[in-house]
Amino acid sequence: MSNSPAATKRPGRSGGFASRKLAPYLFLTPFVLLFIAFIVAPLVYAFYMSLYRDTLVGGRHFAGAASYIKVTGDAKFWGGVWNLVLFGVVQVPIMLGLALLFAIVLDRGQVYAKGLFRLGFFLPYAVPSVIATIIWGYLYGPNFGPFTQIAKALSIPPPDFLSPGAMIFSLANMVTWEYAGYNMVIYYAALKAIPSDLAEASRIDGASSWQFARLIQLPLLWPAILLTIIFSINGTLQLFNEPYLMRSLASNTINSSYTPNLYAYSLATQGQQYGYAAAVSFVLGIVIAGASYIFTLITNRRRPGQ
Amino acid sequence: MTKSFNPPGRTMQRRDFLKAAGATVAVAALPAAVRAAEPVKVLLWSWVPDLQLEVDQFNAAHPGIKVELVNAGQGNPEYQAVRAGLKAGSGLPDVVQIEYQLMETFRQVDAFADIGQYANAHKGEFPPGLWAQVSKGDVVNGMPQDFGPMAMLYHKDIFDKYGITPPTTWAEYAEAGKKIHAADPNVFITDAPFGANADWVLGLLWPMGWKPVSRDGDKLVININDKIAKGFAAYWQDLINAGVVETKPGFNNEWYTGLDSGRYATWLAAGWGPLFLTSVAKTSVGKWRAADLPQWDKSKFATGAWGGSALAVMKTTQHLPEAAEVAIWLNTDPAPTKLYTTKQNFFPCTNALLSSPEWAGAKPEFFGGQEVNKVFAKSAAAVSTFEWSPFQDFLYQSMADEFGASIGGKGTLSDAFDRIQDAVVTYAKDQGFTVA
Repeated sequence: MSNSPAATKRPGRSGGFASRKLAPYLFLTPFVLLFIAFIVAPLVYAFYMSLYRDTLVGGRHFAGAASYIKVTGDAKFWGGVWNLVLFGVVQVPIMLGLALLFAIVLDRGQVYAKGLFRLGFFLPYAVPSVIATIIWGYLYGPNFGPFTQIAKALSIPPPDFLSPGAMIFSLANMVTWEYAGYNMVIYYAALKAIPSDLAEASRIDGASSWQFARLIQLPLLWPAILLTIIFSINGTLQLFNEPYLMRSLASNTINSSYTPNLYAYSLATQGQQYGYAAAVSFVLGIVIAGASYIFTLITNRRRPGQ
Repeated sequence: MTKSFNPPGRTMQRRDFLKAAGATVAVAALPAAVRAAEPVKVLLWSWVPDLQLEVDQFNAAHPGIKVELVNAGQGNPEYQAVRAGLKAGSGLPDVVQIEYQLMETFRQVDAFADIGQYANAHKGEFPPGLWAQVSKGDVVNGMPQDFGPMAMLYHKDIFDKYGITPPTTWAEYAEAGKKIHAADPNVFITDAPFGANADWVLGLLWPMGWKPVSRDGDKLVININDKIAKGFAAYWQDLINAGVVETKPGFNNEWYTGLDSGRYATWLAAGWGPLFLTSVAKTSVGKWRAADLPQWDKSKFATGAWGGSALAVMKTTQHLPEAAEVAIWLNTDPAPTKLYTTKQNFFPCTNALLSSPEWAGAKPEFFGGQEVNKVFAKSAAAVSTFEWSPFQDFLYQSMADEFGASIGGKGTLSDAFDRIQDAVVTYAKDQGFTVA
């Protein structure tokens, strides 16, 4: 230890050691209490429920792992997961690519009204998804929506955004619109944290803008990008609001098991199968944790610029 | 000083007593006679807008009862709260709004009290098909508040343009649809929201005598894909294949514009439909008329119902006579029942109102001065009994899922009925029922 006793023992504090040990926990208490009340306790209760079966005739009885075994072979659940894998493979790269592009463009000096653009890109994130669905529902409208009207005026067949084939892309478009700005803000903050002498040094060394972005900014942004990808994997597999709300416009396409969360919701509310709904939620949680873990493993091995 | 909202008389006495006693005496220590004068509190859950007006009428007429009105959500959110309360055994209201279609589903979880001893005296005041929605024999679980007997609303201007007399049979209806669509490919006889509004589909199967789930205790007979359903499916599949109906979900702006602009020539609607349409179709005033639902067999008039709800009394209530009085008075007394038709735009439930010159003789401008209520009153009197399943929300969900899948290209409506049958049988067995 190189610390002198004078540095560790400050005057005017009694019972130094114990209180210093305790202080962090004291500060953490409000968080821990809320965390236990609103995350841990519901999780424990949901797990307890998932081990039981509620039936309309006969009531509640212990079922052990039966619900979990049932989920592993439930075509509706895995169909929903598969829908979202397709959705994510297309949507996440596009959304994060756009977010990165916006952040780098805004970070450069040449843009006028930077604040306005930054706000503009971010604004959709601040719009509640209920409102966003009303906006997009109007735009997608198959009979009287603006795209249909334009197509009719030009005598070309109107696009059907709500058809079974197109729906997943229409949802991807909505989600991209909603969350690209949010991810942009994360990237933008990370870019601002890159010391300006790096930019200066690269300019002196004769690096082009493209080289600076690719060889300096991108590697330094990598932790932020990883973070947003993990967030996006989580968000995608838990998709609920958008399909739930679009259902009133596209009920022939979006059924009660379109996404795993929608399925769990329908099981609990329409089918009164609370135990099974809890099991579905837990398996979904395991799928999400697994996907995030595999992704981290892959990216830990390969980093750009190494 | 007494506050103006305190009922005069008793409250004054209690206050005087409290003053005399020094105002610090605990309520529990009061003499029994004084405590009895405290009005019984009845908690009512309902999502009916402005119901406070009728509740105020009730409270004014019942000094011994005080109704507290809470909006616990419209439809599903409220039902979730009721179910949570039933599981927890607490937090439940005394009186609750429940749609007719879910009465049997909540009977299955033993939610309701029997108010037959108070309510049966009023049986004759309602159309028989409607009374059957809230009762089983002499057991009565609630009182009817609004009703949705079905009839057809149509664009007279479109029918006139193509020289069509309003169809009275389903064959004529299909013919009219084909004629109109051939003349103008942008006009459809109707929108048939198979994937979205299972309750609408059921309303049309009702007059055909469809019995999807019949029960005898815990034994169920499930006949979802019977001959009736297959005939119904074939009829609509033909119209869908011919392209003369659309199958878009109802109750969104696209759909309202479709009705208003004449994209859809008819709406197979319920009793609450005329006033609802008046509020969403602003530009087609005077162009609409009403007629009976098209018939399968012209010799015997048959009709169905779509929507409507009751005020039911919960089994857990500690004040059964008072709770029953709330449900009964709010739905039989002339003052509140009349106010529903003018303030809440409800379709009336009582025979007195259904035949009253003021209501039945109304000639709304929206329907070109036609006595449109009389068409629906005729339907109201003719609605037959329907046997709801003990898991109606699951049945509806299966219907919406499978009809939607068929519309989206997975087989025909007839195939959908087969898939619904399989799903419901599996579910019923899983839930512990014996399926015959």
